[in-house]
Amino acid sequence: MPPDTLEFEEPIAVLLKEVEALSMLPQTPERQQSIEGLYRRIESIRADLYARLTPWQRVLVARHPQRPTVLDYVDRLFTDFTEISGDRRFADDHAIVAGFARYKDEHVLVVGHHKGSGGDTKQKVYRNFGYAKPEGYRKALRALKLAEKFGRPVVAFIDTPAAYPGVESEERGISEAIAYNLREMAALDTPIVVVVHGEGGSGGALGIAIGDRILMHEFAIYSVIPPEGCAAILWRDSGRKVQAAEALKLTAPDLLGFGVIDEIVPEPTGGAHTNHELAAALLDGPLQRALSSVGALDSVTRLEARYQKFRAMGSVGIAES
Amino acid sequence: MAWFKKARKPIASSSPDKPSRVPEGLWVKCPGCSQIIYNKDLERNLGVCPKCAHHFRIGAVERLRTLLDGEWEEHFKDLTSTDPLEFTDTKPYRDRLRVTKKNTGMKDAVVVATGRLDGLDVVIAAMEYAFIGGSMGVVVGEKIARAVEMALERREPLIIVSCSGGARMMEGALSLMQMAKVSAALARLDRARLPFVSVLTDPTTGGVTASFAMLGDVNLAEPKALIGFAGPRVIEQTIRQKLPEGFQRSEFLLEHGMLDLVVDRRDMKATIARTLRFMRAEPAPVPEAPMAAAAAVDSDQP
Ligand SMILES: [Zn+2]
Repeated sequence: MPPDTLEFEEPIAVLLKEVEALSMLPQTPERQQSIEGLYRRIESIRADLYARLTPWQRVLVARHPQRPTVLDYVDRLFTDFTEISGDRRFADDHAIVAGFARYKDEHVLVVGHHKGSGGDTKQKVYRNFGYAKPEGYRKALRALKLAEKFGRPVVAFIDTPAAYPGVESEERGISEAIAYNLREMAALDTPIVVVVHGEGGSGGALGIAIGDRILMHEFAIYSVIPPEGCAAILWRDSGRKVQAAEALKLTAPDLLGFGVIDEIVPEPTGGAHTNHELAAALLDGPLQRALSSVGALDSVTRLEARYQKFRAMGSVGIAES
Repeated sequence: MAWFKKARKPIASSSPDKPSRVPEGLWVKCPGCSQIIYNKDLERNLGVCPKCAHHFRIGAVERLRTLLDGEWEEHFKDLTSTDPLEFTDTKPYRDRLRVTKKNTGMKDAVVVATGRLDGLDVVIAAMEYAFIGGSMGVVVGEKIARAVEMALERREPLIIVSCSGGARMMEGALSLMQMAKVSAALARLDRARLPFVSVLTDPTTGGVTASFAMLGDVNLAEPKALIGFAGPRVIEQTIRQKLPEGFQRSEFLLEHGMLDLVVDRRDMKATIARTLRFMRAEPAPVPEAPMAAAAAVDSDQP
């Protein structure tokens, strides 16, 4: 079944309906040809659309309900995944996944947000739509400390709308949980590669996104606030989300320019949701290169480089007057 | 000149029910007890209502006056934002910055200083709410990171007084990254076993709470300050119900284990001093008399 089309993919949706209608009729060589022709047109329209996505369209792609999740990438690129659970303090948070895995024969720790994408409503609720609570960040840190203790590199997958904005989050210290992760990940003595593959939603994303190399998918977003929230505050009209998305400079090319990320991971034409296999294959090379380059550094050099990397962030926007 | 002025509502306040900046004018009506207070009395009382102990919001410079012994030296004063995103909402961020700089006489939302607190040499950063809601952009992040590094170099305690609505949206992901930058610097301070006292005042929310404000060796807060990650309105929208009375106030955070102590502003300096002494902060050397100094120099030369 083709993935759901987004609002700006209307021309594709129309053609897909035609394909569907033709497929219902008895098959003839002519019909088969028409169907193939339609598919070619779909591909060409898609390539055209995705070659010049606006920031707001990228937001929609990054949030696509069939966007690959951390576990989709684990299934395709890693082996022997062994999930671990719980923060040993309060609960197990299903909005963040952690586990041991093997990548190219090396043992690695995988952590990542999970929105329940690709699943039904029940699965999305189980994952709390990727909104992690304090126990999620504390579980992640517990796992990260295991990676440090046993000298295993970390791959962190980032895809969350935000940390969970609810009463229990505040009661259990969501601020402290994120803050403590930021501090501890900065000094965690093992290689960390971060992959922002979906929605990099402010502090909730950053809380597991400190590392030596930051990769970001072509159509992913990374932002200090969702465009809707920004529009509601600054324009006093959440309908101005399209403008807010432009103003926030939340796209991968923008962030590469600002030095917030190190490398853009290409996606299949039409976005990662159209082809999980290809999306994974396209991540494989950049991930392997990133892991081997940071893995080659000794601890002292790597930690100093990580410090300087984040220490320099924002310098582009500062003048002395 | 007005004899009597109502406390002005701060712009973009996240606690609209509590307009509390120390107002101009000779007299002021306290939002806590509705009493009319002579402004000079309020100032003398560190911006705390003498009748009901309501804490008015005070600026960064007034804050340093309440905590430091005398003169201080300000650092990194000239750092300013270049508007890296060329951000425009209903008006250009560049214009917002220009107006705010003119109104506050500051270049961004934090003052970093070195001085003495009860005889102890300290590095201190105090945030200024009047500067775009005390929001943290690249300059605030840079100045606080430099303050942390200065504490490391001098081997002196660090104090950060937070008063902020969170990250500065108009600097996008670059402002988000300031949380990481400052926290990374604090990791080094922590490993160097140097004290960090975090003081949270009304309001401390968003990315400031979720980074350095919660990372103190001790976290102290003024009474009834709004402290949280998500704004109350965002949470109300999520849970679709009214929030309980006192939610996200200092006392609530204390009850939930996020703070060490809720401290009246008039006791803050003494409380910090006791804390720093426990943490092995040494009193600054008493300046020697000219004669004694000369003798010391002589004795150094065989
Ligand atoms: Zn009063």
